[in-house]
Amino acid sequence: MSVALIEEVGRRTNDALAAFGDFWRFFGRTLINMGPAWLRWRYFRQVIPQMYDVGTRSVPVVALTGAFIGMVLAVESYSQFKAIGQEARMGAVINVSVIKQIGPVLAAVMLAGRVGCALTAELGTMNVTEQLDALRVMGADPVRVLVVPRFIACVLLTPLLTVYSDVLGVLGGWLIAVKSLGIPEAPYWRFSALGVDNWQIFEGLIKSIFFGAAIALIGCYKGFTCGSGASGVGRACTESFVASFIAIIVMNFFFAQVSKDWYIALYGVVSIFGA
Amino acid sequence: MNESTGHPLVEFRDVHKRFGSLVVLDGINLKIASGESIVIIGASGSGKSVLLKHIVGLLKPDEGEVWFDGQRIDTMGERQLMEIRKQCGFLFQMGALFDSLTVGENIGFPIQEHTHKSAAEVRRIVAQRLAMVGLPGIEGKMPAELSGGQRKRVALARAIALEPRIILYDEPTTGLDPIRADVINELILKLHRELHTTSVTVTHDMNSAFKVAQRIVMLHEGKLIVDAAPHEIQNIQDPIVRRFVLGEADERELAALQ
Repeated sequence: MSVALIEEVGRRTNDALAAFGDFWRFFGRTLINMGPAWLRWRYFRQVIPQMYDVGTRSVPVVALTGAFIGMVLAVESYSQFKAIGQEARMGAVINVSVIKQIGPVLAAVMLAGRVGCALTAELGTMNVTEQLDALRVMGADPVRVLVVPRFIACVLLTPLLTVYSDVLGVLGGWLIAVKSLGIPEAPYWRFSALGVDNWQIFEGLIKSIFFGAAIALIGCYKGFTCGSGASGVGRACTESFVASFIAIIVMNFFFAQVSKDWYIALYGVVSIFGA
Repeated sequence: MNESTGHPLVEFRDVHKRFGSLVVLDGINLKIASGESIVIIGASGSGKSVLLKHIVGLLKPDEGEVWFDGQRIDTMGERQLMEIRKQCGFLFQMGALFDSLTVGENIGFPIQEHTHKSAAEVRRIVAQRLAMVGLPGIEGKMPAELSGGQRKRVALARAIALEPRIILYDEPTTGLDPIRADVINELILKLHRELHTTSVTVTHDMNSAFKVAQRIVMLHEGKLIVDAAPHEIQNIQDPIVRRFVLGEADERELAALQ
């Protein structure tokens, strides 16, 4: 009994480590195959339909969620700021939250759901119907043909979608705070500008590049390694979303920590309550 | 035997393959000569497709060696295997056509991947290959619009796009009605005649096996138990082979139904 348990734990640990190593090898193969995609039009042409799928078709959902998050932040924080008579400073809180954290993270999570799962389902179906084997038999590397265009599209377009999410979040916050709750326009924007500087904006955009890379790699990897049959593809889709979500949230924490340390080292602490 | 070099086109030397604890191939020795048409028969799940996938390096043996045209391929990396695979056409069980590409793009894919032919030239080859499998003029259709038999024929047109030296058929007639199955059998014979290719067919359809084979081998529990010409197979007294050829369940299997 106990021996079987130890064996089971050992086997699972072994499998998990092997899968982790396999994932990084997959990442390496993707990077190695990136070169031709940039250099030859024949290969880069395959990126464009992916960009349409990842980018253009994601704009409505990303914009909509961004706007409503900005609005809800305004609704939730208003009463507390009002109680201490500082409601104009809400602009800084809402906009820093949106630009640094919620905009990029929410856009990435929406993409993990909309794009990451679709990648897993598409490549997983190709896997179980032997289309990946067919590519290999025809002497074409499936990583180059399928993964690289999707990876490039995700990496290039996640920051752009983050911009949409940010802009709509800022507008949503403004709509509720200024137009609905009656906070004066000028101080609202003045405090916002105090809180949000280029550093905050670029932190959000730079980390979204990494989020996009994680979504594409996890989505494709899960599709390439999915089990057989419809249930295998279904399970892979679930795993893909959960893994992308966790990766985004964990990466976001480390980005916040590193960015904060560097910012303080460079500029010191800038408070929205002090001038 | 390959006359110019004196070695077989494909050779398995004591090949073993396991998936987890399941032994699929248990010491396979097999030589396939250039120009030969060989059929591998065996029950579903007996490892026929696994054997086939070893020929193009899609699977690697746990033990033993696989040789293609005098080169050992089980130790090759993907890049080296590319040269081998260019010489092989593979017809997958369900066709494995790329869903997102049209029929014409599917067939043109290997040509564009490996040659520098102009678009017009590729179109010409695609049209010619489609005519060969009896489906001229359907370049613009998507795979989803085709019937099962048409998909297999398009997949066959794609497999022969680069004029391979060897064509591997993975259950070419499975899932087709007897008439469409016979169309595929005739196509296999026609390609064998016209392109002078070596063909390796995996099947459990005995009609198909008798029709296309010059030589039949049977895979049972990881081992090759028969290697004979089609007319000799009928006379083999081994009960396992007889039951398979005649399509009869054994007493144990019948007892389980009671």
